[in-house]
Formats: sequence, structure tokens, C-alpha cells
Amino acid sequence: MRGVFNKIWLAAAFAAVAAPAFAAAPQPPRMPHYRFVNYTTANGLPNNHVYSVLVDGSRIWAGTDDGLAEYENGKWKTYTTKDGLAQQAVLSLALDKRTGDVWVGTMGGLNRISGGRIIATYTQLNSGLSNDIVYGVSVEGENVWVATAAGACRLNLNTGQWSIYTDSNTPMKEIWVYGVSAAPDKVYFAVWGSGLIEYNQQTKLWDIYEDPDHQLEIVLFKNQGLIHDIVSSVSYVDKIVWVATYFGDSRYDGRYWHNFLTKDSGLPSNFTNYVKGVDANRAWFCTDKGLAYYDGANWAVYTPSLTTGKPEMWVRDAQGHVTHIPVTTAPANNYMLGIDFQGRDIWVATAGGLSHGIFEPQP
Amino acid sequence: MNRTGRSGRGVPALRVAALAALIAVLLFMVSWRVRSVHAAAPQTGAILGYASPVELLFSPDGARLYVLCQDSGEVRVLNATTYAPIKTIAVGHVPRGFFLSSNGSRLFVANSWDDTISVIDTRALKVVDTWHVGMEPSSVVEGPAGKYLYVANRISNDVAVLNARNGAEVKRLAAGRGASYMTLSPNRSRLYVTHVYPNPTPSRTPPESEVTVIDTATAEVVNRIPLHSIAGVFHLAFTADGRLGVVAELYPKNLVPMTQVEHGWIFEDTLTLFGPDVGNKTVEVPLDDLDSFAARPFGVAITPDNSRIYVSCGGSELVTVISLPHLLRYVHTHRAPIVYNLAASGHYVINRIPVGHDPRGVALSPHWRRLLVANRLDDTISVIDTHTNKIVSTIHLAGSKNLWSLHFGLQMFAAMTVSSPGKRRCAACHIDARHRNAKRMNLSGIKEAQALRRGQQAFYSTRYSFHGGDACANCHIDSTFDGLQWDFEPDGLGRNIVDVMELEDIRDTAPYDWSGVNPNLPTQCGPRTELFMWRSQNYGVRTLADITAYINSLPPRPNRWHLPGGKLTPAQERGQEIFDRTADDFGKPIPLTNRCNFCHSGPLGTDHKKFDVGTKGRHDDSGLFVTPSLADIALTAPYLHNGKAATLEEIWTIYNPHDQHGRTNDLTKDQLNDLIDYLRTR
Repeated sequence: MRGVFNKIWLAAAFAAVAAPAFAAAPQPPRMPHYRFVNYTTANGLPNNHVYSVLVDGSRIWAGTDDGLAEYENGKWKTYTTKDGLAQQAVLSLALDKRTGDVWVGTMGGLNRISGGRIIATYTQLNSGLSNDIVYGVSVEGENVWVATAAGACRLNLNTGQWSIYTDSNTPMKEIWVYGVSAAPDKVYFAVWGSGLIEYNQQTKLWDIYEDPDHQLEIVLFKNQGLIHDIVSSVSYVDKIVWVATYFGDSRYDGRYWHNFLTKDSGLPSNFTNYVKGVDANRAWFCTDKGLAYYDGANWAVYTPSLTTGKPEMWVRDAQGHVTHIPVTTAPANNYMLGIDFQGRDIWVATAGGLSHGIFEPQP
Repeated sequence: MNRTGRSGRGVPALRVAALAALIAVLLFMVSWRVRSVHAAAPQTGAILGYASPVELLFSPDGARLYVLCQDSGEVRVLNATTYAPIKTIAVGHVPRGFFLSSNGSRLFVANSWDDTISVIDTRALKVVDTWHVGMEPSSVVEGPAGKYLYVANRISNDVAVLNARNGAEVKRLAAGRGASYMTLSPNRSRLYVTHVYPNPTPSRTPPESEVTVIDTATAEVVNRIPLHSIAGVFHLAFTADGRLGVVAELYPKNLVPMTQVEHGWIFEDTLTLFGPDVGNKTVEVPLDDLDSFAARPFGVAITPDNSRIYVSCGGSELVTVISLPHLLRYVHTHRAPIVYNLAASGHYVINRIPVGHDPRGVALSPHWRRLLVANRLDDTISVIDTHTNKIVSTIHLAGSKNLWSLHFGLQMFAAMTVSSPGKRRCAACHIDARHRNAKRMNLSGIKEAQALRRGQQAFYSTRYSFHGGDACANCHIDSTFDGLQWDFEPDGLGRNIVDVMELEDIRDTAPYDWSGVNPNLPTQCGPRTELFMWRSQNYGVRTLADITAYINSLPPRPNRWHLPGGKLTPAQERGQEIFDRTADDFGKPIPLTNRCNFCHSGPLGTDHKKFDVGTKGRHDDSGLFVTPSLADIALTAPYLHNGKAATLEEIWTIYNPHDQHGRTNDLTKDQLNDLIDYLRTR
């Protein structure tokens, strides 16, 4: 009897001691899971280098190195220069949600697609477009904002008038504009080597946000400003600016900055090609080493392994604990270039194809 | 006796005439007192005193006929049975299209030179609101459920989507070039937009037009039906079941020399058919006959029983009547392209009914017993019996012609009555405010107005050309341009191809023709046109004088690019400085003859001299061309004498490599944008 009592006592003591130990190995946060279906030249994509992707209802547009691909009802259609595409390499895409028109930025000009046809081609020779290399495009109201290799510009659709923004009339110090994100109140430009440029649509005033330590590849002033001046992408949503650079990423709420680096976040790489905010707290980051999702506290990364190519997913919680999640699918390539959302699904532009991440609810 | 007898017969006749004149004057004075029509300031774009009906609408209950009068800027409201005037409602400048809301309570009018929509309460018969829209609204349509109002803007090449309740613009949809006319499908799910100018295409390639298709549920463009080789598209109509769409259009032959008279010569007048009844493809069919044309088809109406298509043909001054069953049978039994076979029309055209000058809009009466045709340049409406296809009456709308008659106390009743068998009704009491203005004109003013109207009629009529094929207005659509380049053969086939100039603002810009060979308008419009275009006859002296007077009377079009009051934006001011500069960006003086404002001098932007700006092509005999006016330059793409430059930018980015067309190669891209912004304000 005494032996039995001792066993119970020992078991209780063990449980009391072991419980905290079990608690120290927490469950990973619930992050979205996807089943990735990848599209390549093997199943209809004109080229595996996909620079940009745009979701337009049930229709998907993919800007590739060899034309603009349209996917709908299980079928691909490709627009080429024969159809009026300004250049075969399609770098950027934007949807005018009011009209349904699609704006296409290429290495040789800007196109407008409406009613299933390319109805306009703007180049630096036939229009007021500042440069033919169109890295980014964004539509807001009656204005189309364009990021080019020689400044930003704006086309007023009602009057046909162009305005060019360069170092001569804005604070930007370089004119290599990589991205643009326009909203009714503000327009943000990602400028390679010149930080983040802001245009206030109400006051018509410009502002510039730069790395406080100016282009050093170390961070002296964390969360005191933009992480780096080599800005590759910007996304303005819910009055929050998400900024991607080649040396980390930033979030700016109009007053405070928050920076993200691999060493203190879930980013798989500091080299970020593209960022897209979901809302004020959530964003997706397209890096050279995988696709990262941030939900405001936790991170999830989706990529094929850099060494084995096998699908990988890992989750990093707010305390920095990393958990590898077993998965069977991954995006087509680790080099991510763009993303868009289709309900809870995602579409990802990669250097190895277009990936459709089909959301899979977890029990 | 004889003398007495003659005197006895003469005196009563004189008395009757005097009495008639007295009655007319009294009626006029009475009407002046009792009518309470708002006077509008004399407008540019209107030939004072003329009504110029362009479109017609019946009210849903069939009780009223609405007549849109372009030159007088009015909607005339008539009794749809007796055609007796009910009221005249002043709207904006140069109204071009109108539309009744589905319940008939509101009439929307597109005022093309005001850039506004007039909203008329059809119960009160007065304008209750005016909404600002895009550039040159040319037609307006209310969508299903009265949610949106669609406005086709001719200059801004788009369709504005307005909140139908308050006129607030929701968005604009890209249309083709010169968006002008719109038609709802019978089930109202789609809106079809046509365009008077072709879309831009590379130089010396066939023109391309389109029918823009808008989904009225989403208010988005969902399709663009291509119209290959077509330039100049007007009204579109559907059969009642919506299985067939019919588009009135021009098929220009501008890529071949004008000696090519086969298959329709300079212009062929055609219809494009589309929809399930023709296999869901587009089929183009000719309206012309082998030796006569149905020039400039404009309005289209289809009887609800699908038996007939009526097409007003403005240049030929007739209505073409087509048997729809015969047309479909022909289409289904013959291979495309049918359009080249001018014998084809004999298989389906069953009548050609002469009407008045420049017939435009057509409307079938509610029970489609009557087809009404607005004869724009006669101020009349022809009423055609659809069973007999004969004109049964003509409605006369008051105009200066009548004032002229009034002035002499003659022809009063003849000119100002609604004449139909068994009915004569004096319309004198319907003289409106503008006619009062006209009345104030002196005799020479009335004569001038009449000369202008005659000139306008000759300008739009094809009666002077070989087989009645074309008229000035074929290339100068609505007295503007057509966006095409043509090969006139006197200087050799395939040589000296020239772009059609905008005709408005051409006054005082002599010499004419790109080569400057014609020292004045009578030379340009007379021998040149008669010899190389009409071929069959020349104008009489008076007709030529009238035409040139009409062209010289064309007023400048409102410029939409500068700020109100003619002020310039900062970018335009910078552009003006570049236009007027004397030194380049490097501080080097620009030779006088290489400055913009040297050749493009004066208010019209031309020094009237020839200059070589380095644009001579291998098919040009000379590089010397007259400096064109800068007026309306924003509208008139393509540019240069041969239309090589698709846009203003290309003039300098592509076709000025050696700075012969002004010193511009030092300019930065934003400077060039500023210069172009300024030029658009000219």
C-alpha cells in the first residue's frame, strides 16, 4: 500500500516538475496553409520568369518574360507584341477596379487593356511617359501613376495630360523608381537609392523618407526610420506603408517605423523584391529566398528548399520560436517577385513559374 | 372692260396677299407676347435662326414627339398625332443626342459644346438640372433601373458613367475615338457605343473602328467589336429580339488613289451586321447601288416584326429601305466579302425614299405605322408611311427661311405650316426666342443666314459628285476631319499623300492645301474639288460662294485644355515659355526661323508661309509645306502633312531628328510634355 502511495506521489511530483518543461515547447501559431499548384511552360505559361501577377476576379494575369499571360476557366491566353503589347517582358500590372481595365508595365512602355483588347500603348516617344521601362503602375481615381527607370509620372485619364516627377521637381535624389502605390490621400514611390517618396494628394506636397544611417548595410538606428535607401517596392494600405528594400523591410504608420530583418523577424532573406500589405497589420514579402507572411506577430515562410528543392514551410512566433511544418507542395521557385490575393488563395510570381496557393483550412 | 376686268381681278388678289401678310404679322406679334420661352444668348456653332433637327423621340405613351434641334439649341415638343407644337425648351449649345428615361419622366440632352447634360422634367417641360460631363458629350443613355446615366464624350473618347439621380460622375470607360452614339440592347443588358473617328493605326494601314460593348450590370467594357477598314460609324439598331445588330458606317478607300472607282469609289456606304442571326460574326454589306450611292448612312430603325430596316442617308438625302428577310437570305447564301459587290444591294434594298437635306435621326412611331426622319438642313421632318414607304406629310419647323418669308409677307403659311393631306396648321405662334433674334436681323443678315444654310446644304450633299458618291462632309465629318490620309492623283499615283485637315478654324489660314497651291477657299473648294473629287459637274458660282461662306462661318470649337477664362496651368505656362524661347537649354541662341513662334505666329498659329521642316518623304515631290494652324491641335491626330506622326510627341521625338521642325532636341522629357500641354490650349 505504501509502495502504491509512493508511486502516486512520485508521479505527481514528476508531473509538477515536467509540466513547465512541456510548456516551454509551445504549439506553433496557426498560420495559413496552402496547397501550391504551379504553372510553367509545361502547362501553358509562355515563360517561367514571372515578374508580376494580378488577380482580376476569376481571371489571373501573369506578366512574364515572354508576354502577358491570362488564365481563366482553366485556359491560358498570351498577349504578345503582335497583339499590341509594348514589349514582351511584362514587369508590372495594375487593375482599375472601377472600370475593370488592366494596366500593363513592360520593358518597352505601358499598355492599357480594356474589353479584352490592348487599346492603348504609351511609350516615351509617342506620349508623355517618362521612360519605357515601367517597373510599377498603380491606378487611383482618374490618374494612372507610373514608376519608371527615369522618374515617376502620372497620366490623367480625363484630360490625357502627363506629369513627370524626377529629381528636378520632387525630393527624390535618384530617378530609378521601382514601385508605386496610390491611394486617394497619398501616393508612395519606391525609389532605388533614394528611399521612400511621398506625395500628398491634398496638399500637393512631397516628402522623402530615408535610411537614417544612409545606405550602410548595417543598421545603426533600428526602428528610427526606413531600413535602407535601396527601396524595391511599396504598398500603402489602411494608411500603413509597407516598404521592401534589398536590405530588410519596414512598416510605417505615419509616426513610427518598424523594421524587419532576418535576425529579428521571420524574413527568410533581407533581399526583398516585392511587398504587398493585406491590411494595417498583415503583409506578404517576396524575397530571394522564399515567400514570407507576417500576421502582425508571427511569420510563415513558404519556399522550395534552397538545397534540396523540397517543399518547406516554417513558422516563427512572436518569441522567435521556429517550427518547421511538414508540407508536400511549395511555390515554383524560391525567388519571389510578386503576389496577389484571390479570396483566401494567393497567386505568386516566381522566377520559376506562377504559383497558385490554394488555402487549406487546418483542423 | 378688259382693263377693268384685269383691274378687278388684280385688286382682290392684292388684298388677299396684303391680308395674309397682315394676319401673319399679327400672329407673330401675338405669339411674341404670349410665348414665354427663355431667350438664350446667340451661340457659337449655330447658324442663327435655324433649328436643324437631328434626333427624334416618341414619348412612351406615344402622345408626344420630341425633336432635338442642334443649331437653335432646343428640344421642340410636338403632339405626336397632329405634330402641333406644344412647347420649345431651350437647352445647351449644339445638342447632339437625347434620351428618355424608361418611365418617360425625364429627358436627358447631351449638349456637345457646353459639355453638359440638360435634364428636362417631361411633366413640367422645363430644364430642371444641368450636369457637367466630359469633353463634347454627344449622346446619353439611361441604364437599367435608372441607376446609371451613360454619356458618350466625342473628344475625350470615353463614356462617362454618371449617377442617374444627381449626375455625379462615377467613372469613365475608355471607348474608341470619337465616341458619339449609343444604343441599348433590347434586354438592356448591354450598351453599344459607336464612333465617328477611327482608332489610331499605323500610317498607311487600313482604318480600324470598333463598337464598344458595355455591360450595364457592372458598367464595365466587356467587348470591343472590331470594324475593319471602317472610319465613320454612326447609329446602331437592334431587331426586337436582339438577335441582329445593324451599324451605319462609312468604308473609305483612302489607301488607293482616287482613280480607283471600282467597288464603291472613294467611300462606300455600308452596314455592319452582327449577332446570332449572322452567326455571331460581323458581316459588312453595301448600301450603294452600282450607279448611285446611299451616301453617309446615319440613322437606323428596324420594324419590330423584323421586316424592314430604314437607314437615313445624309449625303444622298434619302432613306434606304431594306427587306430584312432578303438581306439575311443574301448574307446566308453568299460568301464574304459581300461588301465589294455593289450588285448585292439590289437583292435587299427595296426602296430609296427621297427626303430633305441631310437626314439624320429616324424614329418609328409607337405602332410603327410611321417613320419620322429629321432633315437637319431643311428644318423639316419627313413623315413616311411604313406600309407604302411614301412620304405622307412634312413637318416644318420654324427657321430663318420662314423669317425671310415673313419679312416680305409672303409664303407665310406655306413655310410655317404643318402640311399633310387634309391638314393645314399655322405654326407662326411657335416662333421662339432665337427666331426673335433672327427677326431682329436686318435684310442683309437674313440673306447671309440663308446663304450660309445653302452653303451648309451643299457641303453636306453628295448631289454634285459622280453618282452622288460623296461630299465635303464625308471627309470633314460634322465639318471637322476624318483622321485619314488620302492620295489625290493629280500629282501622280501614290504620291503626295496628305492628311485631312480640321475644317473648323480654317478661316483666314490661306493658302490652302498642304502644298499651299490654292490661294483661297474658292480655289480650294471649287476647281480642285470639282476636278479631282466630284468629277461630274462643277458648282455654280453662287453655290461655291455659299460653301466658302459656310466654311468661313465655322466658329472656333471651345478649347477644353486650358483653365476657365483661358488661364494656363503652371505646366502650360512653362510650355508657353518654351514656345516663345529665344535660346536653347544650353543658352545658345535659337535662330529666328527655328523658333516655334516664328512659323506658328499670330492668333491662329500660322505665318501662312511654306517651310521645310524636314518631313519630306520619298513619295513627296517637295518638302515645303504650309505652316498649319495650331487651332484645335489637340483633336486632330495624326500629325504632319502625311499623318506620319501618330501623336504630338512623335512630331519631335521621331520626326525632328535634325531640329528642322524647331529646336527641340535639347528639351528634356518633362519640358516636351510642358510644350505639348501648352499647344493643346491653342
